[in-house]
Amino acid sequence: MTSPDLDRGHIPSSAWKRLQNRALSDRRWSAYTLWAGIVIILLISVISFGAPLFGFTEPNQTDLLNTLAPPSWEHPFGTDDLGRDVLTRVVYAGRVDLTFGIITTYVSLFIGLFIGALAGYFGGLFDTIVMRLVDLVISFPFIVLILAIAAIVGPGLTGAYIGVLVVSWALYARLTRGEMLAMREKQYIMNAQTLGYSTWRIIFIHSIPNLLRSNLVFSMSDIVLNILTLAALSYLGLGVAPPTAEWGEIIAQGQKHLFTAWWISTLPGLIIVLVGVGFSLVGDGLADRLGEHGGGA
Amino acid sequence: MSILTYISKRLAQAIPVLLIISLFAFSIIHLVPGDPVHVMLGSHASEESIATLRNQLGLDKPLTTQYVEFLTKAIGLDFGSSLFLRAPVGPIVVERAKNSASLLIYAVIVSLSIAVPLAMLAAVRRNRLPDHLVRIFTTVAFAMPAFWTALLLVLIFSLRLKLFPTSGLGQGFPDRILSLTLPAITVGFYLAPVLLRSLRASLTETLSAEFVEAARARGLSEGRVLFKHVLRNSLIAMITVLGVNIGFLISGAVVVENVFAIPGLGSLMVSSVISRDYPVVVALILVFGVAVVFVNLLVDLSYAVLDPRIRL
Repeated sequence: MTSPDLDRGHIPSSAWKRLQNRALSDRRWSAYTLWAGIVIILLISVISFGAPLFGFTEPNQTDLLNTLAPPSWEHPFGTDDLGRDVLTRVVYAGRVDLTFGIITTYVSLFIGLFIGALAGYFGGLFDTIVMRLVDLVISFPFIVLILAIAAIVGPGLTGAYIGVLVVSWALYARLTRGEMLAMREKQYIMNAQTLGYSTWRIIFIHSIPNLLRSNLVFSMSDIVLNILTLAALSYLGLGVAPPTAEWGEIIAQGQKHLFTAWWISTLPGLIIVLVGVGFSLVGDGLADRLGEHGGGA
Repeated sequence: MSILTYISKRLAQAIPVLLIISLFAFSIIHLVPGDPVHVMLGSHASEESIATLRNQLGLDKPLTTQYVEFLTKAIGLDFGSSLFLRAPVGPIVVERAKNSASLLIYAVIVSLSIAVPLAMLAAVRRNRLPDHLVRIFTTVAFAMPAFWTALLLVLIFSLRLKLFPTSGLGQGFPDRILSLTLPAITVGFYLAPVLLRSLRASLTETLSAEFVEAARARGLSEGRVLFKHVLRNSLIAMITVLGVNIGFLISGAVVVENVFAIPGLGSLMVSSVISRDYPVVVALILVFGVAVVFVNLLVDLSYAVLDPRIRL
């Protein structure tokens, strides 16, 4: 990596050297966070989707002679009240949670991207109506909205998918619309208009690829939020139902043994945190790389 | 513009939003696949009880009549009767709203006392060790599920140290504060990373503003610059960040109320969804919606009071 090529002006050479080093170490730091995040996510995904290859055979294998066993070499996360190995359940639960996080996030990213791009490009009444709706969805407590959807669809994984999709497109739409407003005034978009390109071509070929960037950065923290939402719903008894292993479900099942068998509810949480940190690191690294800063929440 | 015209203008803007929320709440029961009355009463209900409930819910009338009746009743806080609690919904909601409100206020205090000092530390020592440590804290705290944090706190402070009750609400003010402490810490901790991120950004911006430079140039002490000039100017940012995240805050509280079995609106919402008690679900959506609109209104009004430029 070469040092940033800037006008040195009247900065003394010793200070300049320091600045260069600082800039270089910042670059390196952001590369580390990106790769650390990717490694964490890949590791957990590979283990959970390839579970049998790593010796995790059956998440619902009960062993009634070995119930509520504390963590040991054989059962690193201990066993639950049916003698099931908690780590095996956590590994299999990863399939449900990671799939949920990624599908809900990227489906809503594309819905939001599309709606936001149209609203920003065309403006007018469509823009006003869409943005009013977006403001409403964003300011409403998302759990309440998702619970309302669960009341309509009925509890279960389908309800959770629909609920999260209904909520999370809105942030992407707002983000995209704001960028589209600025982009509409850019020279290359105006050139495309002057060349007589169709509106669809301008939106899909010339705008959307550029709008993807900040959406991708934001999507990393959205995956975390969506996984946490599924876990919370299952914890509340409205998401994935037992005996299917899911992170929130495992923690909920362990709660009644919190005092006697603390490991059932506490250790799986560490994996959720690890996954969340992994995605956040990827998001931070991408933000530094792409020179973008993801939205709040 | 006088402040009164400003208030009435903002109130008028809130009306269409409230109408959309009411329309959504109203349509829930109609969106249920199949017959909602069958869903509510189960498959063994007699024809007679089905007809009675349908009549009670007004489902046998035309849609527009139903909606108008629903609106007029809702304004008078009449949400019909809960099927499972066998009591009118209005008073139950009012009683439980008090508990939720206490939790939310307590949680905001906790959250600000975590987020504000850490954000200041991070902004002042930007890109140094304290900033990195704060960033690590933010990343980890953001990934922690609220119900899991709650269980950790219960395990340590209730079960081992026996400092706080594990669940429920005690009688009398001191007891209530004691039983709301762990829930408030959980919700506060859930909200803190989100507040911290935005506050750090706005404080960093304020610190590089010209008036801060001017204050330093006049020879004011760094502490005075920080607490008198920077923090005061970040007050608006703080209120904005809180206002924007009110939905996030309430979401956290809904989950946490269930962990600690606090008789609030969140635990009522979850139990009503599970038992398919539609009158309660509908009432709660309205209540949450109105609460959010009201808080946003308060946030806007506080701008107008704090910063006269906004009224222009």
